[in-house]
Amino acid sequence: MLPIIVLSISGIVTLFLGFLKSRWILMPLTLLFILAAIVGVLLDKNGISPYAGAFPTMLSTDNVSIAFSGIILLAALFIVPLSRYYANQENAQPAEYYAILLFSLVGALMMTSYENLIMLFVGLEILSISMYILTGSDKDNLRSGEAALKYFLMGSFATGILLFGVALVYGATGGFDLHMIANYVRNSGNISPMLYLGLSIMLIGILFKLSIAPFHFWTPDVYDGAPSVFTAFMSTIVKTAGFAALYKILSVSFSDLYGFWWVCLAITTIATLIIGNITAVYQTSFKRMLAYSSISHAGYLLMAVTTFNAYSQKAIIFYSLAYALSTITAFGVLIIVEQTANDKYEAFNGLGKRAPLLAFVNTVAMCSLAGMPLTAGFIGKFFVFTSAADNDMVWIMIIAILMSAVGFYYYFRVIIAMYMRPAIESDVDNEVVVPGIYRTVLMLATLLTILFGLAPDLLTALF
Amino acid sequence: MEVPDVIKTIPLNWYIFFATFLFCIGVVGVLIRRNALIVLMCVELMLNAVNLLFTSFSAYRSDPQGQIFVFFIMVVAAAEVSVGLAIIVMLYRNLKSVDVGILNKLKW
Repeated sequence: MLPIIVLSISGIVTLFLGFLKSRWILMPLTLLFILAAIVGVLLDKNGISPYAGAFPTMLSTDNVSIAFSGIILLAALFIVPLSRYYANQENAQPAEYYAILLFSLVGALMMTSYENLIMLFVGLEILSISMYILTGSDKDNLRSGEAALKYFLMGSFATGILLFGVALVYGATGGFDLHMIANYVRNSGNISPMLYLGLSIMLIGILFKLSIAPFHFWTPDVYDGAPSVFTAFMSTIVKTAGFAALYKILSVSFSDLYGFWWVCLAITTIATLIIGNITAVYQTSFKRMLAYSSISHAGYLLMAVTTFNAYSQKAIIFYSLAYALSTITAFGVLIIVEQTANDKYEAFNGLGKRAPLLAFVNTVAMCSLAGMPLTAGFIGKFFVFTSAADNDMVWIMIIAILMSAVGFYYYFRVIIAMYMRPAIESDVDNEVVVPGIYRTVLMLATLLTILFGLAPDLLTALF
Repeated sequence: MEVPDVIKTIPLNWYIFFATFLFCIGVVGVLIRRNALIVLMCVELMLNAVNLLFTSFSAYRSDPQGQIFVFFIMVVAAAEVSVGLAIIVMLYRNLKSVDVGILNKLKW
């Protein structure tokens, strides 16, 4: 509750700060606000916040929601500094961008800690509407506008579907409270078919937002067209919040219907893993490859949701964090490389000589995304596969392992381009400048990736 | 709680069928129409079909929660439309068209 209040107020304050002449102050202040929200999360965790138990039927904090909130705020803390190039452009309105970022974090936090479907809906929409605006914020760029329109139409379509599902669940159970729905499912002898229909339609709506195949078709276009900073935001924070929401509703309300929903999720998991990984192989642009990679990682996360046992909670949290850290690093490198050339693989040629630091952090990020041992990505995949093995879902596991082998191909293409290919003639003269704040963020994210890869207990001890 | 007789004159099922029918018109419209404004209208139709469904369930259960949800949907839909129209206007300035089919800059 406290971080939500802090972020809402600081978002409004940031809007007014737009009147200031000195724009440079906006980013440090935004970082400060996010830090304040992290403090709020910690106060909530220890129960000393004045709002810790307020509105228990609407929002509640437990260890899981705190872990997800922590991941979301940490990712935001890393992404905000990356907006430097973008917010410094001539006709940019940084105050608005930062304010909308803060508001969207409010939505993301609501999605991690809701107790009532009304809060799920409101949180999801705060997050989505903010993202529609940020996707289209590069106003003169046609690609950005096109991405915004596609995202908006598909997103509001998905919202409509989700709401129809909620309406049917309400018709069957007579309430929006998660525990009330759980009670209905547990105690009523014959469950109304309307509930099954409503649950399926709700799942379709949420999976749409999470870009799970076969509802993923908008993702590559939107991720490709949006400004890279906001793509990083979408592929980490929106994904994490969405999975927190999905896991919460399935574990609290519908855990007794596991036999019904695991089949649907298992089929979509396999489709997502295959489509995401195979299509990523054919991409020529690094940014678009990352979009497909985010689809395939959504597949691994969904696999952990599908197994739904004692390990899956840990697996989802760890995997989200590992994925967020390495994706932010990859996008940070991409933003710098974009300044010198474009987002194609060729732009990375010879980066190992031109900017050794960038090449190194990108290598670690790619290894982590591919799941090389000694990185956080490997431990994340290990947890996910363990939880699948524990449920005897061997066939899903075999497909997932095969597909992560496919993943090595397209992630290592970047590493090969960076270290083994000579730089393109026209790019050689463009010096690769790494601003200090980027260096800090990239180093920190890489350090955490390696640290959690070597000592995962540091993190798992926390929740 | 007892449901008033006035409400019971039309059976609940009819409301469900009607709302589902409206919702399906919305879905089909989103999928086949090419004009961004019409697609937006179809999304609104979907949301309003859901509103009708919420209201009728709420009336037949004498439970106000469903109608409260409707207010939330109305507010959010208004916010969504204002953002959506802004995006469409922005695109129209660049392209002089609101045809969804013209959007082909992003393809793999």
